[in-house]
Formats: sequence, structure tokens, C-alpha cells
Amino acid sequence: MNVVTPFEGIGASVRRKEDLRFLSGRGQYTDDISRPGQAHAYLLRSPHAHARILSVDTAAAKAMPGVVAVFTSADMAGLGGIPCGWQIHNKDGSPMAEPVHPVLATGKVRHVGDPVAVVVAESRAQAKDAAEAILVEYEVLPAAVDMEAALAPGAPALHDTAPGNLCYDWQIGDKAITDAAFAGAHKVVKFETTNNRLVPNAMEPRAAIGDYDTTSGDYTLYTTSQNPHVIRLLMGAFVLQIPEAKLRVVAPDVGGGFGSKIYHYAEEAIVTWAAGKLHRPVKWTCERTESFMSDAHGRDHVTRCQLALDAQGKFLGLRVQTHANMGAYLSTFAPCVPTYLYATLLSGVYAIPTIHAEVKAVFTSTVPVDAYRGAGRPEATYLLERLVDVAAAETGIDKVELRRRNFIPTDAFPYQTPVALQYDSGNYFATLDQALETSGWTGFEARRAEAAAQGKLRGIGISTYLEACGIAPSAVVGSLGARAGLYEVGTIRVHPTGSVTVLTGSHSHGQGHETTFAQLVADRLGVPIAQVDVVHGDTAKVPFGMGTYGSRSLAVGGSAMFKAMDKIIAKGKKIAAHLMEASVEDIEFDRGTFRVAGTDRSKALAEISLAAYVPHNFPHDELEPGLDETAFYDPKNFTYPGGCHIAEVEIDSETGRVTVVQFTAVDDIGRVINPMIVEGQVQGGVAQGIGQALLEHAVYDSAGQLLSGSMMDYTMPRADDLPPVGVATHATLCTHNPLGVKGCGEVGAIGSPPAVMNAVVDALRDYGVRHIEMPATPAKIWNIINAGRRPMAAE
Amino acid sequence: MYDFAYHKPATIADAVKILSADPDARAIAGGQTLLPALKHRLNRPPAVVDLSGIAELRGVKRDGNKLTIGALTRHVDVANSPEVQAAIPALAKMAGSIGDIQVRNRGTMGGSVANNDPAADYPAAVLGLNATVVTDKRRIAADDFFQGMFTTALEPGELLVAVEFPIPEKAGYAKMRNPASRYVMAGVFVAKTAGGVRVVVNGAGPGVFRQSEMEKALTANWSADAVAGVKQSAEGLNGDIHGSAEYRAHLVTVMAKRAVAEAG
Amino acid sequence: MPQVTLTVNGKAHTVEVEGRTLLVELLREQLRLTGTHVGCDTSQCGACVVHVDGDSVKSCTLLAVQADGCKITTIEGLAKPDGTLHPMQEAFREYHALQCGFCTPGMVMSAIDLVKKHPAGLSEKEIREGLEGNLCRCTGYHNIVKAIAAAQDVMHGRRSELARAAE
Repeated sequence: MNVVTPFEGIGASVRRKEDLRFLSGRGQYTDDISRPGQAHAYLLRSPHAHARILSVDTAAAKAMPGVVAVFTSADMAGLGGIPCGWQIHNKDGSPMAEPVHPVLATGKVRHVGDPVAVVVAESRAQAKDAAEAILVEYEVLPAAVDMEAALAPGAPALHDTAPGNLCYDWQIGDKAITDAAFAGAHKVVKFETTNNRLVPNAMEPRAAIGDYDTTSGDYTLYTTSQNPHVIRLLMGAFVLQIPEAKLRVVAPDVGGGFGSKIYHYAEEAIVTWAAGKLHRPVKWTCERTESFMSDAHGRDHVTRCQLALDAQGKFLGLRVQTHANMGAYLSTFAPCVPTYLYATLLSGVYAIPTIHAEVKAVFTSTVPVDAYRGAGRPEATYLLERLVDVAAAETGIDKVELRRRNFIPTDAFPYQTPVALQYDSGNYFATLDQALETSGWTGFEARRAEAAAQGKLRGIGISTYLEACGIAPSAVVGSLGARAGLYEVGTIRVHPTGSVTVLTGSHSHGQGHETTFAQLVADRLGVPIAQVDVVHGDTAKVPFGMGTYGSRSLAVGGSAMFKAMDKIIAKGKKIAAHLMEASVEDIEFDRGTFRVAGTDRSKALAEISLAAYVPHNFPHDELEPGLDETAFYDPKNFTYPGGCHIAEVEIDSETGRVTVVQFTAVDDIGRVINPMIVEGQVQGGVAQGIGQALLEHAVYDSAGQLLSGSMMDYTMPRADDLPPVGVATHATLCTHNPLGVKGCGEVGAIGSPPAVMNAVVDALRDYGVRHIEMPATPAKIWNIINAGRRPMAAE
Repeated sequence: MYDFAYHKPATIADAVKILSADPDARAIAGGQTLLPALKHRLNRPPAVVDLSGIAELRGVKRDGNKLTIGALTRHVDVANSPEVQAAIPALAKMAGSIGDIQVRNRGTMGGSVANNDPAADYPAAVLGLNATVVTDKRRIAADDFFQGMFTTALEPGELLVAVEFPIPEKAGYAKMRNPASRYVMAGVFVAKTAGGVRVVVNGAGPGVFRQSEMEKALTANWSADAVAGVKQSAEGLNGDIHGSAEYRAHLVTVMAKRAVAEAG
Repeated sequence: MPQVTLTVNGKAHTVEVEGRTLLVELLREQLRLTGTHVGCDTSQCGACVVHVDGDSVKSCTLLAVQADGCKITTIEGLAKPDGTLHPMQEAFREYHALQCGFCTPGMVMSAIDLVKKHPAGLSEKEIREGLEGNLCRCTGYHNIVKAIAAAQDVMHGRRSELARAAE
């Protein structure tokens, strides 16, 4: 009966278990939930980037049809602020500036979209109608939009507790050794760049429903979250003071996250609090244009760097100075993104003897900035991979050869970088060689010539990247300022007849955990995936969890499940030994069968589980009945996926439009559980990376208005903007987790932007271009071509 | 969206009666422009008059050297009409390039022409083909109809009924789309008509306009090369985060070349 | 309040709405057909696409009153009563053309209309262009394009079942 076909275990492209409900319209996303008697909330948001709130008059709004209540910050006086989950220390050891982030703006507004009041009404439309009747008197203050302007002396101060709008001034690496390396350098390459600000735009807008049971005093929050347990902790303990036992957080089907749904947002606290106040459910659903001014944005770095090389092109040292935009308030993970998720990655795939990086985090009158797919690692990779191309151009060394010359040798693992990380495994030569071959690198010049004959400029670009993911271990991140542990929790519940329920603290919002995790169980316990149910996203069902981000679900969450299965197998062996009257040491377990070694005596898992739940014949002296085990897994290290991405672009020289005509990704993500899902993850990540390189940009004007504040002006990648994306994997196994897995969710977004931009610069090599900032929009490219033509025309 | 009274008249006369009675009432055809505006509360009409019940506003008719397209004819119907494809292929192709499939399944010629969004497609064809706009009251030459951004010769209560297109000798259209909205960033419609060559620019400026230097150049020599050397002045053109006025001016020449090549 | 009579997935409904009620609001909030999603407010994302009298339409850009007398098909109405999926749904599953599933209903409804209107078949480029009105943030569209290419052969009777490309 319990036969697992070889097509269901590790390595099989199993079709996804979750698809049937999504394809039938039976998914249940937060906005699909309707609680009996629910009222609807609408937030009145600031139209100004920086202003003092002189008065808020809600009387007229309260009298509008259907209005249940109108709240301002005065009504929420007892609540805590929205907490930040990570504390960074300055160079001098003092802690970062951490201004209060009130649930509703108090005294001042600090970005366009900062919520000022909330209307609760019988319908969403009525709440919106009434919000227009709220009279807010503002004293508009000068905004500090641009980071350089915000840091300048005399800049408008956003927070009294953050002098000079500085959140922190942090460093990593050894300055003296790095200075010495530069002093002895044959050549120093200087480079400056901006990593463009992005809006994550998961297709499902955020939503939240607060519910309150007047008889039990229990609160329930349904929310679009990547980590419901973390929200319960942050909101319950820091904002609303509700103990865990009285607060349930449910993150049902969630329509994409990409980081933006990690954080605890004000709206979650507002609907939960309001439900308690009003004794009825309160629902809020974000409109897309509202998302642009309330979801955490991503990236937004300005960086200067210098690379020291010897005469052979070997890297001697790297200096980096980065300004990172925090926006108006600290979002949950924001401070760690430009530090421990960015500067620690500055060695990339290269053996760089010494690195010194300095990061200033800056408050500005803009939407808070936090982790977005890749989080810090795309910024580091982009910097390094553009820098290496610039260095290749300036030293005259071939760009592939320069990379090879500086790769960490394959026999050098574990490899300690000068910026804290120790890489456990990798083979950068292998992924490079495979990508070069697949992309037809050597035949490129013929394709360039062919394109030129048709009036097109063709270029090719390479990126050899590395990322750290599976974010952990608790002890290490704790010493670096994390205020939470970064383990994961998995429960394996074998039912009496042998089917399995998995409870996981990881959260799936597109990653296909219901399938991949079931495959892990099928592969190890021999239970067909149809009989494995994966439960996630509900604090009332899952013991605990840290959620899904940083490509951690399989490496950390999957490993927790693996550890729980260890316990299941260990207990099962004892039960089997008892039933078969053998010694535990003699019991072997393989895919669902407990066997007495060297005999034909065996018991199936279902027989063992039945004995565990119907313990008529059971070793009661040494075991409890039941077969239900939980493991907390706290890994020893990050995992280190790496690889090579190659992009080929064509530019219409008349319009400046860049088209990616070919994209090749060869990634080392460790062991692959479901190749179909992995390819999909990489393709999706690459699409977001191409989006960053060519299309997407959150642009503010000097007054702090977001010019690209809707999809009419923020360019989302469409099907006809993108090429087919070829994906291959080349695995070296992670050495410290039991699955050997590394993570695949972010590699696409990390490796691809520099590959595309290196290709764009390559295509424009005849125009004297050294660097182009992202996104490479048609207008920007035409400006370059046009500027290049003028001197030529004058000759 | 603010709430409004909804009317669905069955005749032109009834529609005009309601629209004339309240100058703030808005007619809705496909609603692909009006509804997004209403959803963002940019507009607060007390009444919305749905024209979809008026059968006579629909359809394509060829009459000798003239093509008449009813105001309520959807973009998809113009794109797929064998009459339009045979008589003015550039117009059918343009209709098939407006917005996306779902917009084309709802959006109408009358709605687009009456709205006169500078970044819309149809106004360029109407002006470029020297069409006549037919209303419930009168006939308006295209040269008199478009009066700048979102402004036309239509008077309050006046209803656009159809557009009459004289069939040109040849015509072509090329556009560069705004990467985000996919509306026209700069487009050029060229036509060789009985009344002479017409070149119309859309998207780039505050409204559709004729490019007389290009018209002269093409009258002298109908070829892409003839317009390649004609520079559009950037003065008065739109500039935004997607491209400066200079970029749009440059695109006008590029699109003019491509439109001529398209026309053959 | 205006009254609207429409047929949704073969079932007749008469519903009272406001003039401003959108078709998607009627479907989601009054008929509780929550498979049709809202992902933007600028008529661009296409998560809300349904079929109105056989044409794909953005139900966020159509007043409920405008759909009076119309036949509507939503994602919930595609599969046969016995649960057999429409070939397009089947192809999306087979080719892993969905991840978070949020854009999927609209994407599938658009894809079906696109394929139906092109009986001669669509090239990869035409499929990509035909998806202009639908945004997906997860897949990079790669597998969506493959799924539609495969489904069109089944829908037009050129193949009896989906043939997944050799792996």
C-alpha cells in the first residue's frame, strides 16, 4: 500500500499539490475571508512628506453614513510603537538611533502615505467617503528626500532622536590592513553607483482582518504575512500587549511576498486593536496605489568603492562606502540589510585578502525601506560584478579571465572571508564553465556582427555571484544585533494509519512547500505525497516558527522536518524492536520499512504508527504512546549558493530600447528536491532582476512625492518585456545541514541585474560608456547614444 | 468611486436629453478610461449615462470612398473588421494595438476620440485621415475637433455618434509606448490622402498635432528618408520620468520614418 | 438601487447594487466568488479577468450594471462538474505556470480567450504580447507561455492531451 514511486521523492519534478485549489479559484487569500458582521477600515494617509499635524477634526467624518468609528493617534495613546527587530551598533560601539514608529502618526507625518487616521464603516466605500471628511491641518515642513541632502548640515530633522538623520555609522573589516594593501597596489579602480529603489509589488495587495471573541477575550488576526508567529510576537508583545495565548495569527494563502510581507505593519495592529474596541471584526485591504506608499520598498543604496589590484590582476583589497536609505522609520529588518546581509557579502566569489566597508544608514522623508528579494546581497553582487567589469576594462584583462584569476579555489573550502563569513562549499569554475558553454559565449562576436548588420547594438554580460542564505544561526545573529532567534520548527505527526501531517514554521506564498516538503517526507518515510499534508501559516496549529525569507525554508525549515523525522525513526525503531522482539540496535529503517537486520522480519511504518496509537502491545516502560515529534533546528552557518548568469541584450539605437534576447543561469543551490519548482523560482527571480536592471524605479521628487506611485508610472515587467530564461543547476552540497540544500528563492534576483547591465555596457562599448545606472530605460540609453553621436558628428 | 445615478437610455435622443439636463453627467461607452478615473475619485459625476443600449451607435459601414465607424464600435471590432482591414489597414492595426486585449474588448472609438487623451491612439488616426466627427447635432472636421489635452469641440450634452474616415491612398502608424502605462509616449500617423499628405503626432505633446514640415517633406518625396532629416522641436512637448521633451522630439522623427515604412 | 440580472457560471442571479458597484465587487462580495482577484487599481494587472459574453474583460473596470443581462464565466466555472479541469488549467499545472496563485485566475481566463480567438495558433511572441494585460510577479512568465503554447494544441484539437516537453 504505502508505495512511494521514485517520481515522488527527492529529485522528482512532482506537480504541485497546491495547484488544484489555485487553478479552481478556491485559494483562500486574506481578502477572500469574510467574517460575520465585519466592518471595513480605511486609512487616511498623509499627502505631505514632512509636516507637523496641527489638528485633526473627525466630527464630520463620524457623522457620515455607515461610519462606525474614527480613530486617531490620540485614541491609541496606550499602544507601543512598531518595533524594529535588529539593532546595529555604530563604529564607536553606541547603539543606532531608533526613533519611535507610532501606529498612527503622532505630532508629525514623515512620508507621503504615513497614516494619520482610520475610519471604520459598514462598507469600504463608506469608510473611504468618510475619510475625505476628516479635516487635518498640517504645517508643511521641508522634506529630506535625497540621502545626501538628508545628511547635509542643516538638513530638516525628521526625528528628534536621530541627529543629522543618521541611523547608524557602521563598519566591518580591517581599515589599517586594507589601507596598507592599497598603498602597495599596482592599480586602483574607482567606481560609484546607485542601487535603484524598488517597490516589491507582490500581486496580492496586503490585507488584514482583526477579530475579537468577547466571550474568551481571544484575538485573531488574519494577515498577508510571510511569518505569522513573528507577527504575533512583535504585535502582541510590543504594540498591543496581548499575550501569545490570547492572540492567534493566521496567514492563509498569501499571494507573493518577496520580503514585503515579512514586516509587522501598522494596519495589522490597527484592525486587531479596533476589533477589540468595537467588538466586531474589522477588515482592511490595501489598494495598489496605497501599497506604493505603505509597503516597505527595497534597495536604495549609494556607494563609492575602490579595488586594489596587483600587476597580474589579482585583487589585493576592497574599500566600500555605502549610504543606505532607511526611509522615514525603521521597518522590522531594515538595519540588518545594508550591514549583515550586504557588507558581509562583499568578498563575493573572490579571494580578496582584505576588505573594509563603511555603511551609513539614513532617515529620509520616504516610505520605509527593508528587505526585498535578495536583500543586501543583490546590492553587494551588483557592486562587485560591475566593479570587476570596470576593472577588466581598465586593466585590459579579459573579463572572464579576470574573474577566474580571482575566484576562491575549489579546494579552499571552508573559506574564511575578511568580512565575517565562512563559506562551506562551492565550485565557481564549474558554474562559470557551464554557463559559458550554454550561452554560446565564444560565438558571441558573430551574433554581435549579425545584429549590427540589422542596425542593432548587441552586448553580452556575465555575473558570477554568491549569496548567503538560510539565514541563521541564532547565536551568531544574536551577537550581530538580531532580537530574535533564527531557527525553524517542524513537526512530523504520523497518524494511526500511517498518513502524515507536517506542521512547519516556514510559510509558503508561492514557493510550493506543500509539495516540496511532502517530497521530503515521501523520500524518507516512504509515505506517498498524497498522504502527506503540510500545514503552515497558523499560530494555533503550528507550534512555533520564524517564517519564510532569505531563502531559508528548505535549508532551515526542511532541516527541522528532517530532524523531527530522525526522532520519528528513532522512536519507530524502539517500537519495532519491541514488536519484533529484537534489539533496537538491530533495527534498520528504509523508506517506510523497519527491518531486523539480516532477516526477513519487518514492519511497515503504518504498523508501527498503529501500535503507537493503539498501544495494546507497547513498551510502556520506556516510551509514551503516539508518533508525533517536533524539532527545532538552529543551523551552524548560512548556506552559500553561487553561480553564473549570462545575459545577452540588443539595443534599438534609434529608440534606446533594450531587449534581453537570451538569458542563461547556472546555479549551485545544493541538492535539488523538485527541479521544476527550482527552475520556476530562478526564472521568477531573474524576471525581478531584469525588472531592476531595465524597468523598475521608485522615483521621488524633491518634495517627497513618489512620481512612480502607481503601476501607470512604475514599470512592472510584463511577458513581452522578458526572454525565456534557461536554468541549469550544478550542485555542490551544503556541508552543515542534513539535506545538503542551499536555497534557490533569491539567486535569480541576485545574479541577474549585473549580468544584464554588463551586457548593456558591452553593447554600448563604441560610445565610450564606462557605466550606466539602473534602470537602463530607453530614454537613458538614447541620451548616451545621442551624446556619443554629437562629438562624432562634429569630427 | 463616488456613487452616481445610473441611466441606460435606448435612443440617442434620450441620451442627449439626460446629458443636456445635467452638464456634469458623464456618458460611458466602454468605460476603460472613465472608470479608472472614477475609481481614483478624480471626477464626481452625479449621473452616468450608459450608451451601450443604443444599437445604432455600433458598427462599421463602407460607403464608396468612406468608412463610417459607429461611436460604440469596440477596438476589437475595428481591428477585426474585414472592411477596415481592406480599406484602411493602418487603422485596423492601430485598433489592435490599443491597450491590452481586455481593453480592446470594451473600449470604443467614440470614447477614445471624445476623451482626447494626448496619449491615446485614435485621435492620431482621426486627424491623420482628415476624418469627420459626426455628432447628434452636426459634423465636425478633425482639424477643428481636437483642441488640446482632453478638450474637443464637443459641447455639453453633445453626443459623438460616429466617425467618417475618407479612405486614403496609403497610411501608416508607429508608436513608442510608455514602458509602464503602455500608453503612447510618441506616435506618428502618416497618410497620403486625396486632400494631400498628413502627418500627425500623438503622445509627445499636450494633444495631437499636425507636423507640417514632415507633411511638406513627404509631399515632395514619400519615403522614410524624406522625414529622417526633419527634426521635431522639443518646445512644448511633454517631459516626465520616462523621457524628456528632447527624447520625445527625437522619437517623433524615428516614428515618422517607421510609419512611412509601414504605409509602404 | 439598481438591480442587475446576470448569469454567472450558468446560474442566474438578480442582485441589488449601487451604481458605482464594480462587477468584481458583485462577484466577490455579493456572490462570494472569490476566485476572481483584485491586484491593482489602474486596470493593468488582470487578476480580475473574467469572460463577459465570451470576451475576456477586466471585471474591475466594468460596472456591475453594465453587465446586466450578460453571461459571465469566472475561474470557478471552468472545470466540469465532475472536477475535470479545462485544458488551460491542466496545462498551468503541468507546466508549473503558477506559484503564489494570485494572478492565476485572471491569467487563465485571459489565456483561454487569447487561444480561442486565434484558431490558427499563436507563436511564443504572440503569446507574450497577448498577455500584456496580465501581470505575474512570481514566474517570470516563462512557464505561463509554455503552458499556453501547450494548451492551444489541445483546445484546438491538434493534440488529445498535453505533452510535456522532454526533461
